[in-house]
Amino acid sequence: METMMAIVIGILFSIGVYLLLCKSLFRIILGISIIAHAANLMILTMGGLKTGGPPIISGVNLPPTDPLPQALILTAIVINFALTAFLLVLAYRSYLVLGTENMEQLRGNDNE
Amino acid sequence: MSWFYLTTFIPLLYAILVPIFYRHFPRIHTGWFVLPIPIGLFACLIRQIPLIAKDSPLVHTVSWIPHLNINYTVYVDGLTLIFGLIITGIGALVVLYSIYYLLKEREALGNFYVYLLLFMGAMLGVVSSDNVLVLYMFWELTSISSFLLIAFWYQRKASRYGAQKALLITVFGGFCMLAGFLILANITDTFSIRQMIQHADKITGQSLFVPAMILILLGAFTKSAQFPFHIWLPDAMEAPTPISAYLHSATMVKAGIYLIARFTPIFGGNMVWFWLVSGIGLITLFWGSFSAVKQVDLKALLAYSTVSQLGMIVCLLGLGSAAYSGPGEAAILSITAILAAIFHLINHSTFKGSLFMVVGIIDRLSGTRDLRRLGGLMNMMPITFTLAIIGSFSMAGLPPFNGFLSKELFFTSLLNTSQLEIFHLDKWSPLFPIVAWLASIFTFIYCMIIAFRPFLGKHQPHKLAKKIQRAPWGMLLPPTLLAFLIILFFFFPNVLAQYLFLPAISSILPGVMEADLSIEPIKAWHGWTPELFMTMGIIAVGFALFLLFPKWSKVFGRLPLWFTFNYMYDKLLLAIEIASQRITRKYMTGFIRDYLSYIFFFFIVILAGMIFILNSFTFNPTANSPVSIYEFLLCLALVASALLVLCARTRIIAIIGLGVMGYLMIMFFVIFRAPDLALTQLVVETVTTVLFLLCLYFLPKLEKEINKLGFKITNLVFSLGVGILVTIMALSAQGNRLFQPISRFYENAYELAGAKNIVNSILVDFRGFDTMLEILVFCIGGIGVYTLIKIGLTER
Repeated sequence: METMMAIVIGILFSIGVYLLLCKSLFRIILGISIIAHAANLMILTMGGLKTGGPPIISGVNLPPTDPLPQALILTAIVINFALTAFLLVLAYRSYLVLGTENMEQLRGNDNE
Repeated sequence: MSWFYLTTFIPLLYAILVPIFYRHFPRIHTGWFVLPIPIGLFACLIRQIPLIAKDSPLVHTVSWIPHLNINYTVYVDGLTLIFGLIITGIGALVVLYSIYYLLKEREALGNFYVYLLLFMGAMLGVVSSDNVLVLYMFWELTSISSFLLIAFWYQRKASRYGAQKALLITVFGGFCMLAGFLILANITDTFSIRQMIQHADKITGQSLFVPAMILILLGAFTKSAQFPFHIWLPDAMEAPTPISAYLHSATMVKAGIYLIARFTPIFGGNMVWFWLVSGIGLITLFWGSFSAVKQVDLKALLAYSTVSQLGMIVCLLGLGSAAYSGPGEAAILSITAILAAIFHLINHSTFKGSLFMVVGIIDRLSGTRDLRRLGGLMNMMPITFTLAIIGSFSMAGLPPFNGFLSKELFFTSLLNTSQLEIFHLDKWSPLFPIVAWLASIFTFIYCMIIAFRPFLGKHQPHKLAKKIQRAPWGMLLPPTLLAFLIILFFFFPNVLAQYLFLPAISSILPGVMEADLSIEPIKAWHGWTPELFMTMGIIAVGFALFLLFPKWSKVFGRLPLWFTFNYMYDKLLLAIEIASQRITRKYMTGFIRDYLSYIFFFFIVILAGMIFILNSFTFNPTANSPVSIYEFLLCLALVASALLVLCARTRIIAIIGLGVMGYLMIMFFVIFRAPDLALTQLVVETVTTVLFLLCLYFLPKLEKEINKLGFKITNLVFSLGVGILVTIMALSAQGNRLFQPISRFYENAYELAGAKNIVNSILVDFRGFDTMLEILVFCIGGIGVYTLIKIGLTER
């Protein structure tokens, strides 16, 4: 399972990076989202997969799976949500003001 | 003497008060408030003379960064004392002079005196620090204050140019010196100069001995304007004349000499040191005096003469370092050279200081320093004329002035050295006396130019901007005092020798002087010696050449322009500027893809390289958990949805693909026993999808990107590289379990925090602050979103 997950994560990273290197701001945002998913999966895989019960203390005497990666990912999901929302609004605003979302045209001017 | 270490800080602390005086007492010249400081420090140093003469240096240590072995140690011995006396003594005279030179109505006096005091404190720090890092700090502080003072009239282009040049060259040298210090500190395991000297024998054998020496010498040569770094000094003459007299002839440019003298016990006796120091000094001596003759600006002439005189002192120190080559004759002969160096150091400060002040008076009263426009001033300024005669005759080495004595000592030590049979000197023995003799002829000529050209000849009032008036007494008093000293030192040199020179020599040559060697008394008349004949020859030839000067001065025009070091410096600076601009333009494209490419490139190269170097790739699938067909299908679906996002032609398909991915993530979280994550992801994914759909309405249609093949291939290479690397990292991390996970601690969540959900307790309890700051980030994101949507759009 871990090996398969490692390969899946690698593929997701490749796709994310490819999108990130595109010219369209919209594709860049898509790329960031994919990379975020891949990173979350990676952290989870690092902690070991399916080695115990859910990290909730109950009467069942099953050793819980590693809770620390889950806490990290929870933070990451929420922060990623804020980031995506901000980027989307940024794209909206820059399109409204500058009339383009092509990064090649968003270079700034020469006398900067 | 525990308070004594404060002397360095008195000028620095007092500098804080200067702007207050300037602001609140505009009717009194700020210089009057500053004047007590150098006078007080001078008196305080004078009182130390008897103590130091008994060979008991003052040491005081204040611990600064003790665990790094960096302490502020003040060490005052004979050498420091001489420099301290020059710094404070000339400083006092210069401050007095500046009160009359700088008009309080016109100039920014507050700045001027702050810089001046900053320099004074820094320079005292340089000569009294025992710790090399503290010394370096003060050293750079003198460079900075020199920069500020040269650019005091910053409205002038030439001032800014000169200041930049001085800063670039001296700071370059300073960096080299720091590197040299660090090498020495690394070898001896101490930052203290005294301890380094104790371990001198340990340093000598090291392979880094010569590099350290050359680096430290670069610092000294740039600061002391030695060939070929002398080019900054003439341009530094854009500073106000009191500053030229103080920093650029009497004190700061002698910091390099101090450094050479201070490190002689470590490097002395080495052949490279001997030839570098004395050779460069000799070249500078000749080149400086040769270039001085052709100058038409009085201050430029004095600048080149300073270069030349500094070269002479450096050369003497180089010759003196032979004292370490062996006991006996060489040591005795070399001590004369050190004596001459110290004596000339003091003499140079007196006569050059007074000459600068004389030039300042001429400049102030006539409005020009151009020799072609000056002439016949003798009748109008008789006192100034007398002072110029005394100063320049002393510099030319004529009796009855102190320059005569040190010049004779200089010749003596040159002749002594040519008799030595060390360092291959036997092959080159005539070189030193001949070059020095030629240089002295040019020295004589330029001294005569200073003494006579402005004062004799025909007065041409129509060429002058101002009508000549009487000089104020405050401008005449400081050079008069110096002229008095010039004559006094000629008649009583041995008093100085006993109280100042001997302690200084014993601190430059500690091991050698302990052998109870004494110096011969300095005599003005020592018979019909070769030295005297050399001086007579100089006077005869020099005077003849001075009279014939118009006939042969055309020689200077023959030198091609590109051959000068100034030209090379300017070209080099321009080339560096253009090159760096080009390089910057090349990689700072303003296109985000390029920046991301750099990041991914280094990500791949560094991480792959590290994995390769450390050989840390392991593949160990034995501990893997089993895969069910259901999970396998989930993985396939995840990859497929990501590919859908990649290949989507329209936005809606891309958003659907991303949404599918998000919901598949929920499935994975469920499989991997993470119920909290699944719930959170469910909420977040829904809201995110809604957000994306909202943008569908506002953002333009997704255009098919028409890119060149190269563009696509680059993207592909980077993305595949990152993907493969991440896979390798994930596999290796599975294989290399180096530590026990720390998560076991959190499993006691119920006992520690009273929580049954471990993940929740980590977030809100164990790592509560993290979560709080996360909320803060969220708030900032929210504010950002709000501002981007709401604010500023109404204008358009």
